[in-house]
Amino acid sequence: MTNGWCDIANTDVVLVMGGNPAENHPVGFRFVMEAKRKRKAKLICVDPRFNRTAAVSDTYVPLRAGTDIAFLGGLIHYAISNDLCHMDYVRVHTNASFLLREDFHFSEGHFSGWDAEKKAYDKTSWQYELDGAGYAKVDETLENPRCVYRAMKDHYSRYTPEKVAEICGCTADEFKKAAAVICSTGRAGRVGTILYALGWTHHSHSVQLIHTAAMLQLLLGNIGLPGGGVNAQRGHANIQGSTDMGAWNMLPGYLRLPRAQWQTFDSYLKATTPKPLRPNAMNYWGNTPKFATSLLKAYYGAAAKKENDFGYAWLPKLGETENQSWGFFFDRMHRKEMHGFISFGMNPVANGPNTEKMLEALANLDWLVVVENFETETAAFWNAKQLGEKFYPRYVDAKSIQTEVILLPAACFAEKDGSFVNSSRWLQWKRAAVPPPGLAKPDHEIIARIFMAVRALYEKEGGAGKEPLMTMQWNYEQPLMPSLEEVAREVNGKDAATGQQVPGFAALKDDGSTSCGNWVYSGSWTEAGNLMARRGQEDPTGLGLFPNYAWSWPANRRILYNRASNDADGKPWDPTHATIRWNGTKWTGDTPDYKADAEPHQYGAFIMLPEGVAKFFTSDLAEGPFPEHYEPMESPVKNALHPNASANPVAPVMKSSADSMGTPDKFPYVAITYRLTEHFHYWTKHVASGSELQSNFFVELPEGLAKEKGIKGGDVVRVSSARGSVEGPALVTPRMQPLKVAGKTVYHVGIPIHWGYVGRVRGPLVNNLTPSVFDPNSGTPEYKGFLVNVEKV
Amino acid sequence: MPATTVAKLIDTSLCIGCKACEVACQEWNEQEFTLGVFNNTYQTLPDLAPNFWNLIKFNEQVEDGANSWLMAKYQCMHCADPGCLKACPAPGAIVQLPNGIVDFRQENCIGCGYCITGCPFDVPRLSPTTKKVYKCSLCSDRVGAGMTPACIRTCPTNCLTFGSRTDLVELAAQRTEELKADGFQDAGVYDGPGVGGTNVLYVLKHASAPEKYGLPKDPRIPWTVSLWKGPLKWVANAAFLGTAVGALLHYLKFGPKETHDDEVH
Repeated sequence: MTNGWCDIANTDVVLVMGGNPAENHPVGFRFVMEAKRKRKAKLICVDPRFNRTAAVSDTYVPLRAGTDIAFLGGLIHYAISNDLCHMDYVRVHTNASFLLREDFHFSEGHFSGWDAEKKAYDKTSWQYELDGAGYAKVDETLENPRCVYRAMKDHYSRYTPEKVAEICGCTADEFKKAAAVICSTGRAGRVGTILYALGWTHHSHSVQLIHTAAMLQLLLGNIGLPGGGVNAQRGHANIQGSTDMGAWNMLPGYLRLPRAQWQTFDSYLKATTPKPLRPNAMNYWGNTPKFATSLLKAYYGAAAKKENDFGYAWLPKLGETENQSWGFFFDRMHRKEMHGFISFGMNPVANGPNTEKMLEALANLDWLVVVENFETETAAFWNAKQLGEKFYPRYVDAKSIQTEVILLPAACFAEKDGSFVNSSRWLQWKRAAVPPPGLAKPDHEIIARIFMAVRALYEKEGGAGKEPLMTMQWNYEQPLMPSLEEVAREVNGKDAATGQQVPGFAALKDDGSTSCGNWVYSGSWTEAGNLMARRGQEDPTGLGLFPNYAWSWPANRRILYNRASNDADGKPWDPTHATIRWNGTKWTGDTPDYKADAEPHQYGAFIMLPEGVAKFFTSDLAEGPFPEHYEPMESPVKNALHPNASANPVAPVMKSSADSMGTPDKFPYVAITYRLTEHFHYWTKHVASGSELQSNFFVELPEGLAKEKGIKGGDVVRVSSARGSVEGPALVTPRMQPLKVAGKTVYHVGIPIHWGYVGRVRGPLVNNLTPSVFDPNSGTPEYKGFLVNVEKV
Repeated sequence: MPATTVAKLIDTSLCIGCKACEVACQEWNEQEFTLGVFNNTYQTLPDLAPNFWNLIKFNEQVEDGANSWLMAKYQCMHCADPGCLKACPAPGAIVQLPNGIVDFRQENCIGCGYCITGCPFDVPRLSPTTKKVYKCSLCSDRVGAGMTPACIRTCPTNCLTFGSRTDLVELAAQRTEELKADGFQDAGVYDGPGVGGTNVLYVLKHASAPEKYGLPKDPRIPWTVSLWKGPLKWVANAAFLGTAVGALLHYLKFGPKETHDDEVH
């Protein structure tokens, strides 16, 4: 989240889209209800289903799955064409005035640089026009037709309310009614927030979707303000922590992974350290060498020296364009290119797209280690033929699977110390409530034991890649069971000479004199102690920032980009509601997202970006500098804007023998998968209370579709896609409205996740149905908006 | 000083149907978790059960083309004039505490089921296992120890409030005004008029149609029951006789009393 849970109470308008917080974040949802009660905030819910959030909303707008960019693009057009943008904010805090290169253009669904043969973009034209000093040229008047603002206005002029209605399936009136409320925040004194979750990330164009939301919030002047922002509601207790620590496709602190073309540390730093694009840009990522050097010092300790590039050579390198995200490595596993796999805190058979492909891939391994609280579908994959009954027709019998499977019992969250990082970016320290049962051990002990055992084997037998293992700093008091306090202190960072904790990332150096395991967490455990364990409830600003409660990254800042809550001169846009203020010599209030004593005109407000201002236009993403509506990879209709470039042209679609895509003639209905309040992912089907509250797998069907098919509530139905099928009772409901799209009726079929072939309550895995299609930027699979058929069994 | 009458306010405009109150109720009352029953809704069970005293009803409606999904928690209403108590022939099986809580004392219950007939809200449930009747006690044990009922303690959206009836009547009126100002002209308080008021109060956006929430529009104690404790009060007043007859009936029907804690699910 740019802001945080408590901050939602400060808003005037809540747009919930691509999320369902009343169901999936019911505790955090209290702040939405507080805003409704205390500030008379309006809640707008845009979703294919009339869900529990819609039930308490002021305005509900139905929308076809996968058309969110069209809706948000429509809001951008609505705000601009109705003069509802916060133009003072736009001028000061965004790249609206930057001039684009003359060769940048967009036509027929493709941006300039499209190579139809290679199906790839050359991004050269997606840049600003630069002056002699390498800075972007600007036109403060916004008159130049090549300035970002004008280009954006042109780009979204196609997204009229009527076009939105044609694509999304709502009516133009429904759209306009919601747009009027959302865009009412485009002025000083009123603010709106956007809450989203996996309903936005589970698309083949998900990162662009969130980019569109950020653009809308910038146009309305809602970024950096209390009650504003673009707020991702994270789905697991520590998923934010795993993202920050680089458990996915990054090094800790969002540093990029080394690649084959960057064999030296110098070449890595050159490629990953941005240069400022405006004279007043602080360009904080210019400090990348300090963060990266300190990380290498944390990894390799005294062995990391300037002479040996601080051990950079010991880090593994990805191939030049290699993608090692989820869909790609399972594809490799399916092609028998992997030998072993350790699955920690994940249940790939249940979570991954196209379950049967997951099962086939795991059967190609020599060994699989699963570290879990329960025997999961992944641990029991070898028995899926028997347990999963009829859903895996191609799959082999247990006796022909040669994979050696080892299930290590792991302690659950309440059985170990450590920190949780929530959606608000708060690092909250917790203590074990009970010891782990039986032989179960905490994850870090399991990792340490594996590490020490592998190192001992290398010591004895040697082998390829020995040096990184041997030089890895492992100076914990108990090497087989490092305390998480020690790890947390290491993550915060130390002065190499004195061994003292650094006070924060500003103290990090690129000469090897400091170490730091994750620069964004630096400041969480200083010489003052473990700030994550704080529970102070003081609220000096009255805005619910609670600066002494836990510790928030970065630098205990509660609202990101808070400099933008002020105008160019440092005056709050809303003086009754100011998170930071310039008192003439320094900034007071929240930790400023700015140099604390820099006068308001010294830097641009967006200190992390080379532009110094926020970006409507960016060359960072794969499919274009402006978000464009693309249909899901499986769609019932052609793209109404450009039928010949219907889906995202650069989204990866896997093509293994287990992958196939469906067409609307055979699979006419749009399916979405989602979570229910009553369960947590694939865990609580093992737990008594969750099992009672929702014991049964079910399929939500629109009344009209059920009538056409002669299906009554409770009848067993089969839902099938080009990949597989599920079966269960139908929940027939008017809450799944039929939508009119391009003159035809489109029905959604809703399928909750949570069941599987092991557990206290069981049911089919919904990912039997889903395609191996991914967002090109994040590698997230497309679970919302794929095609299925429905039959009565 | 007379005990303050306590109450629970359910502001349905803030209910998100998360069922946290259901879990809290089950856990505090040490009910065994069993399995839900699918009935084409999101409800855990189609109705209350002897071992399930707090149920959120999910009411789906379409009016003028617009969906609504009204969620309302359903449990004992703790009536000022309890039909169950009026109907009960077994002394001490149903008591109305000085704080207004209507509590069932299973050790005195004879399993006759008259309370079920007497309840205008269809709340008490007879257990086929223990042959006793069960319902929400408004956590009389917790309240007696100065704590808030479990459901209210766990509610994440402040849909549920606990306090003195006087205060909550005032809060309910204030919320009604807020909802009216928000455009819900039909907003109002549901306070069981036919039963002298209930110590469970609801704020409804559609107060003229409580049945949309699964609440009876005009709750009344059946006339047969009113008669039993009204003009025919002398029958009930023969307490000793009542107990003796009741105990006899219970013995004949179910056999000797057995106390197995594990039977009380």
